[in-house]
Amino acid sequence: MFRSLLFIPGNNPSMLQNADVFLADAIIIDLEDAISIKEKDNARNLVHNYLTTSSVLPKQIVLRVNSIDTVWFKKDLDLLKTNKINYLLIPKVDSKTMIEVNEYLDAFLLNNNLDEIKIIALVETARGVTEIDKFAENKRLCAILLGAEDLTNDLEIKRTETNQEIFYARSKVIYACAANKLIAIDTPFTNINDLLGLEKDSDFSNSLGMKARACIHPNQLETVNRIYSPSNEEINWALEVFKAHQANPNVGAFQLKGKMIDKPIIERAKKIIEKAKLFNLM
Amino acid sequence: MLNGVGREVPDNVKAFVKSDDFKNQKRSLIDKKKKQSKTVFFDELKLLFDELNISSKMTLSFHHHLRNGDKVIELVSEEVQRRNLTDMHFAPSSIFPSYKKLGELIKNGNVTDIHTNYLNGEVADLISKGFLQGKLIMNTHGGRARAIESGDLPIDVAFIACPTVDKIGNGHGAIGKSACGTLGYCISDLEYAKKVVLVTDNVIDELKEHQINSEYVDYVLVVDSIGESSGIVSGTTEITKDPIGLKIAKDCANLLDYLGLIKNDFSMQTGAGKTSLAVVKFVEEIMKRNNIVGSFASGGITKAYVDMLEAGLFKNLFDVQCFDLDAVNSFAKNKNHIAMSASEYGNPFEKNPICDKLDFVVLGATEIDLDFNVNVTTDSMGNLIGGSGGHADIAYGADVTIIISPLIKSRIPIIKQKVTTVTTPGTDVDILITERGIAINPLRKDLLDKLKNSPFPIYSIKDLLDLTYKITGVPKQIIPDDKIIGYVEYRDGTIIDCLRKINYESK
Repeated sequence: MFRSLLFIPGNNPSMLQNADVFLADAIIIDLEDAISIKEKDNARNLVHNYLTTSSVLPKQIVLRVNSIDTVWFKKDLDLLKTNKINYLLIPKVDSKTMIEVNEYLDAFLLNNNLDEIKIIALVETARGVTEIDKFAENKRLCAILLGAEDLTNDLEIKRTETNQEIFYARSKVIYACAANKLIAIDTPFTNINDLLGLEKDSDFSNSLGMKARACIHPNQLETVNRIYSPSNEEINWALEVFKAHQANPNVGAFQLKGKMIDKPIIERAKKIIEKAKLFNLM
Repeated sequence: MLNGVGREVPDNVKAFVKSDDFKNQKRSLIDKKKKQSKTVFFDELKLLFDELNISSKMTLSFHHHLRNGDKVIELVSEEVQRRNLTDMHFAPSSIFPSYKKLGELIKNGNVTDIHTNYLNGEVADLISKGFLQGKLIMNTHGGRARAIESGDLPIDVAFIACPTVDKIGNGHGAIGKSACGTLGYCISDLEYAKKVVLVTDNVIDELKEHQINSEYVDYVLVVDSIGESSGIVSGTTEITKDPIGLKIAKDCANLLDYLGLIKNDFSMQTGAGKTSLAVVKFVEEIMKRNNIVGSFASGGITKAYVDMLEAGLFKNLFDVQCFDLDAVNSFAKNKNHIAMSASEYGNPFEKNPICDKLDFVVLGATEIDLDFNVNVTTDSMGNLIGGSGGHADIAYGADVTIIISPLIKSRIPIIKQKVTTVTTPGTDVDILITERGIAINPLRKDLLDKLKNSPFPIYSIKDLLDLTYKITGVPKQIIPDDKIIGYVEYRDGTIIDCLRKINYESK
């Protein structure tokens, strides 16, 4: 479960060394877009050394590998042998790449006697958005991250601060995730100096159903964590519902402060409490 | 013998006892100079040297308000070199990388002894390597004022760069093409040097207000330029963008708020680095959110504090040195932006110095050890890279002294078992804030109690050291050279540590 995931370039030793310090629920170590072609091998070596020698690793590590149609993908996957990576972030996912990645991973994990690995799909092409329902059922998938920069390039449209142009894509990600019990992760807010803009846009994204957000600067984490966390009001409500349910365990529906409580509401309350506990909010 | 912070110092020096030991001593004052005649104007340094009969073994003093743009010390150095004077004692309040000629004088034995509060650049490198034939004495800003007024640092001639001088010899720092703002560091030189020369590139008929009183001024030397403006106001005005620096700064402001230190009429001082400026910004946000108006901010003043003064967030600024052009302009026009001398700032024998009125200070460190002793004088190899400036003065005076620093700088742990050089005694340092945790000096039981159930990650400083070692490994110990090249003098004139030549064998 995440609220915030922070991108860290795989070729930045200082940022890697301090990756555990920031408030991110997970760190995404990037071997793809942040790394120039000349730096690919150096970055991978650096990340390998970091994962195998650091005594202060973050709690959840996501590795963004290069896409499967590049020469680097297989080498990147070798980092799974460190047993320090919790999730793979696969770029430019559509149904075809998801099948290819899965097939390769099946063999790779088996041949190297490695544990199963969870995948986060980075949806950043028009094809990825339109085929989302096809690959969202994949057994390895735990979350979908929307990548609006590449998507708007693919659409040949301008990225704006209003984010109107990604409303459809956001909705597709959110519905696919909700239908398949995945975490919907929103695209990064790219203006790192505009914390008010980040707050406003994250409020909107959260109200649509996004459950987390990727960040490109540590400054964004406090805002993102706050917005994608349950509020104190929600936590108190959930605790009241849970308490009332425990007092009436065999009653299908009951009233609390004049409002009807039934199974879906109890489930929602349980999710809020689970999140609040996980993120030390209670 | 071992001094009060456990450092070995020679038997023939006055060893540091403890930071408030000055209370057991009496203030010692030599007579202030009395000028016998009118101020005399010169336009040639050679003639002035002749007039003053400047000769070998004399002590010449300078201030550093023109910072890295200063041309005055270079000008005087050239004349010393031309005359091949030897065994000279220079006492600039700080030494900057642009002081190239001084380096030559050290190498050639023209200058053999130096008193200063801070140094970096080529001169620092030369002295670290043992080129200074006599001794380097590094005192604090307040300690320098004390040394001059007491006669411990007798000055033959004070060369005081002064951006504007009027026809009777009064001076002002905030007017003229080389304006640098306040002139706090040279006031003791002005009052106690045997002879005083104002060096200026701007003479006007009359100053309505002045910082330098002609009563003390023997000579005025008029030159083409006393400084490069780009180097004069060279302080940073940008807050850090480094995520670690920002995290530390935010944690610092939140901790100050939690401790109730950001309250109406509070007073503060910070360093002038980018992370310190971030602390100021976050404190400002808290003040605005809670409608707090502080009493004063002090120190070297930057735009950040000027903005807060103008926004009504502080009633006064007490300024010993302007770090940027905004501060210079503010000092020139705002009566609540008040100049203070180094003595009024941090002299332990001054009645109610500003440093003693501070509620909290936020400072940096090159190293800090398990006893909270702080080093801002040398790096971990022993190279001279800075100096106390006002560090030890305000650490003593403030109610709460906070050190902010990342745990690791350029792969070197900042926490040591023992610091390479003690600049500020650990008894005056209360809190260390790093990106991975906060340590409270066990001597501050009151702070530990207040923070017992706080949300902050509080560790012992030993725990933070162990955590650092987990990341970096244990660094190799550097064994210093035996040769003592100078002393770190505490504000009361006692020796808190020795400075030793770099030991290349140890590398």
